[in-house]
Parts: sequence; structure tokens; C-alpha cells
Amino acid sequence: MSVFIDQHTRLLVQGITGRDGSFHSRQMIGYGTKVVAGVTPGKGGQLFDGVVPVFDTVADGVRETQANVAVIYVPAAVAASAIYEAADAGLGLIVCITEGIPVLDMTRVLPFLHERGARLVGPNCPGLISPTKSKVGIIPGNICKPGRIGVVSRSGTLTYEIVHQLSTHGLGQSTCIGIGGDPLIGTSFIHCLSAFQADAETDAVVMIGEIGGTDEQQAAEFVAKGMTKPVVGFIAGQTAPPGRRMGHAGAIISGSSGTASEKMAAFARAGISVMKRPADVVPLLKERL
Amino acid sequence: MNLHEYQARELLRRHGIPVPADAVADTPDQVRAVAQRLGGKVVVKAQVHAGGRGKAGGVKLANTPDEAAAHASRILGMQIKGLTVHKVLVAPAVEIASESYVGIVVDRGSQRPLLMVSAAGGVDIEEVAAATPEQIHRVAVDPRYGLLPHQGLGLGLRLYRNVAQARLAAEIMTKLYAACYAVGASLAEINPLATTPDGQVLALDAKIVIDDNELDRRPEIAALRDATAEAPSEVQAREAGLTFVKLDGTVGCCVNGAGLAMATMDLVKYYGGAPANFLDIGGSSNPQKVVSALRIITADPSVKAILFNIFGGITRGDDVANGIVQATQQFPIKVPLVIRLTGTNEAEAIAILTKAGFSALTDMDEAVKRAVAQANA
Repeated sequence: MSVFIDQHTRLLVQGITGRDGSFHSRQMIGYGTKVVAGVTPGKGGQLFDGVVPVFDTVADGVRETQANVAVIYVPAAVAASAIYEAADAGLGLIVCITEGIPVLDMTRVLPFLHERGARLVGPNCPGLISPTKSKVGIIPGNICKPGRIGVVSRSGTLTYEIVHQLSTHGLGQSTCIGIGGDPLIGTSFIHCLSAFQADAETDAVVMIGEIGGTDEQQAAEFVAKGMTKPVVGFIAGQTAPPGRRMGHAGAIISGSSGTASEKMAAFARAGISVMKRPADVVPLLKERL
Repeated sequence: MNLHEYQARELLRRHGIPVPADAVADTPDQVRAVAQRLGGKVVVKAQVHAGGRGKAGGVKLANTPDEAAAHASRILGMQIKGLTVHKVLVAPAVEIASESYVGIVVDRGSQRPLLMVSAAGGVDIEEVAAATPEQIHRVAVDPRYGLLPHQGLGLGLRLYRNVAQARLAAEIMTKLYAACYAVGASLAEINPLATTPDGQVLALDAKIVIDDNELDRRPEIAALRDATAEAPSEVQAREAGLTFVKLDGTVGCCVNGAGLAMATMDLVKYYGGAPANFLDIGGSSNPQKVVSALRIITADPSVKAILFNIFGGITRGDDVANGIVQATQQFPIKVPLVIRLTGTNEAEAIAILTKAGFSALTDMDEAVKRAVAQANA
């Protein structure tokens, strides 16, 4: 087992002919992901790289290929529309890599998904990977190894850094999930922690948060009450000044609850082992396993 | 993107919210002329992107046009929280019976726009929220239906016992909510929402923050940006497609990804250094972005060493390596450069760097330690 995606994932790529979409579709296919369909309006009927059928609409692609997961690489201006389209086509899991969707658009997208029972991962996220089974998004496959650690993170490249530490020290991963750096996202830490707790092939979880909001504090409460598996946590942004947005739309300290120290304290209170730097992940996990 | 008060007032006015007439001016003579035109007492207010303008002496009442001009000559050029005042707003001084707060912010918890009101307005609302949270009333608006009439009136009645005034307040809330979606605001506040002795309800000050992700599709809002109100290095970075925040340290950081950039800054501190900046070169990289990044970092005289930390994913290592090499051909880099580079196209990147006489590390801790040692040397 793994979380959210596995060898049965049949992936449809929205924006498969674009610069990023085509590059990462090739990477996903090379990794072994079953990329069964692509969508680019106006390019229906073509074959991407001579292999993957391209459709004009998501509904066409789902009907013809039985795709069950969508990944979105389209530009920000049309990304919210792409999410609506994927949900309307009945897909239950939608992964949005695109960065820069206005937050007010997301206030309308999220209830639409909820009404249709669809799960969104992201936006502004690196996606997911279940090593050797499936990769949906942009996490580099070569840094991951199959194993029994679950990883959930608000950031992209920081996740790669920590996954790389795990893999080089023989700690493989069941699934790595990047939930995204925006203030409004479809899948929270708690959704992922709960899935990892229920997953028979995950022994421990690494949770990577950052400044801004209170998602990490809520996740810590969930860990204290609802998890028996060990959790190791990191918070990025200990040196970030209040009131300045640090890249991610969600990474801004407003009020005391968004600071790194507040979040690290909440982690410690919940029995989460707190990393001071990325390289601490391996020794802390080994202590807890 | 922050708007100035005068810009926010104009947007609210356009959405039908009652805001007293005003004008913006950048010389004392203009202020005198505006005060003459408005007649009676006026208020002169500094236009800067900082709170606490009143406490800093940036807001003054004037009985005559000459007095207004005299205030303006002191306020213009004044520094408030490190920002220079270039413009003042001149508005009629309104007789105030009560001051309330009305604000809308996109709330992460409910994932909805949250409308907040308090009868304790006119002061720092965060202090009210911390000291007496029961004085703040909230409704998370369902964007499928907008602010419903009973929700607006319910909040209006929290502000005023007079139903006519409560209805006026509710109407203002409905218009403020519509304005948020129309202009792409992630925050919109009226503070104070004032009543006058003759029963009017007026917005006397406004703060609007635009979601940066809205600017591409709203050129008329993007045009409101006042580049003179921001640090020049941050303006330059934004124009180059980089995210940059200036800090006080000596280790210049150039990283791909916001989370890794923050973690890199934290690690610089962990090893006894101080980061000079936050800089994220972003996802789809190209060499030109790296050149721009180096230009901005090297322009900071306090930078004693530059640290690259690149974990290639969507960013390709060879793009970054080419950017570093191109930069050294375009301008001198006088401080040591420590490069950590791994991930997508790592081998190509290292070949490019080696050929140009650079070496690259693959371990983050090792690179940070080395950069801190160079900066502290």
C-alpha cells in the first residue's frame, strides 16, 4: 500500500504539450507512471511523444482512457479553470503543480471540489511520489527510495533536501506528498497524517512545515490525539522577519501564532521530535524507530 | 501589494462606499490649495506603507489652509518606520460620534473570506483582538452565496443599536465584500467606520492589500503600485521575476524554492552567520534570472560571501551554472562564491562550472559552513 497514488494510478496530464508539462510528463513516464492521457485544448487527436493520446477536454480523456488522477501544469491564469474541469470530469484526485493562483479563486474552487467529493493536492506544490510505484508531479524520482517513511511537506525543494538525506541513509519512503505553499490548499497536513497513520506500509512520518498560519499547530494536536506512529518535524523560517512574505504566499508571520518558534513548541508539546536543521532528520528518526 | 490610503479610499468610493472627498498632494502649496477648496477644518495624513502614522506625527488637524500647509511641510519628507513620506492626503475633518472597525481577510482556517467587525474601532485592531477578543465579531462568508442580508445586518447590529445605522453598515459590508473580489484584495479594512452626530456612517480610513497573484489579470490595479515606497533592490528583483527580501546579515543567499531558501537562512544562523537576504530564483529557471540575482546580491555592500543552494527539480542545474558563468563575464564578483548544487542536470551543471574554474559542493551543511567561514573571515 501507499498513500493517495500507487501502481494502479492512471494519470491524465493537463497542459501536456506546454514547456513544463511536456518536460515533466517525460520524467513521469520515464519513472514508470502510467500516463494514459494528456489534455491541451485544440490539440485533441495528437499523440504526445508518439505514445500518449492528447484530448481537447478532460472529460474526453477520462472517457477514452479511464484516467483516475489528474495533474495540472497549465499557466496560473487558467489553472483554476483546469481544476474545475478535472473535478467536473469526475476525477477523485487532482494534483495542481501551478503556482500563482489568486487566493480568492481558491475560495470558490475548494467548495466546488468538496461538493463533488474530489481531493485536490496543492496548488503550488511539487506533487506526490510513491517510490517505484508512481510519481505525479515534479519530485525528482532519483532521490527517492522505496521504504516505510511517509513524508508530508509545505515546500518543494526543501522536501527534496530532506528526502535525499533519508534515501542516502537507507530510509526509504512509502509516499512523499508536497501539499503546497499557498494559504488555501486542498489537502492539509492532517489529511496526510491520517492517511499515513492508516497505511500499513508506513512506520513513521516526517512533517515539514514553515512560518505562517496555524496548520502545523492543528497538525500537532492531531498527532497528540490521533497518532501512534512516530513523527519527526521541521519548521523553515526561524530567521524570517515578521510581516514580510517569504516567497510562498502562505509564508508570512502575522501575529505570534505564525512564527517558527511557536510551531516548534507546538510540535514538542505533541511529542513530535523537532529537527533544528534538515540533517537532523535521520538521527531523530533512528531514535524513534 | 499594499495600496496607499488615498488609493484604497478611491477604490471604496468607486464601489459605492461613502468616503469623504479628499485629494492627494506632494507639496505644501498644493496642500494649501486643496484645503482652501475643501473649506473648514482639514486633516493632513502621511501616505506611507506603515501602521502607526498618527503616533509618529504623520497625521495632523488644521484649522486653516496655512496651518495645513505648515503641517504638510513637516510631514513631507518625514521618516515613518524607515519609509520616507512623499505624499499626503488632505480630507475634511469630520465630527465623529463613534468609531468602529470593519475588515475582510481571507481566512486559512475556514478557507473563506472572513468578515470581522468591532465597535472598538479607530485603534490597532490586533490589540483589541489580543486583549478583548469578545469585542470582535466574525462571519465566514460562503463565496457561493456572498454576504447574506441577515449576516450583514447581524454584524451591523453589533456595531450600532440604531437599526437605520446598522442597515447602512450592512450595506457598506456588502459593498466591501464585492470590492474585495472586484480588485483582488486579500485584505480590506475600514478603520474607523465612523458615525457623525447627524447619523451618517462614513469610511474615514481604508487599508487594502492586493494579492500579488491577481496583478497579471488586473493591469489597472497593478498600475497603482508605488515603486518609490519600496526598497530599490526589491523593485529590481520583482522586475527580474525573483522573490527577494533584504535582511541585515553578511551571507548573500541564492536558492531555488521558498522553503529551501528559508531553511538555508536558518542554517546560516545555525552555523554562526547571518543571512543578508531571502532570495528565491523560482521554479522554471533560466540563466538570466541567476545573472539578475547575482547583480542584486553583489550590489549590497554588507555581503561578504555568496552562497548558492540549488536542489534541482523543475529548476535545472545547467541553467543555474550557465547563469553564474554569464554573470562573471558581465560584472565583477568581488566576494567569495560558495556553490552547492545537486538534482536535475547536476552532472551538466558541474561540468559547466568546472570548465569556468568554479567548484561545486553537493552537501548543504558543508556549503553553509564554508560560506559562513568566508563571511566571518
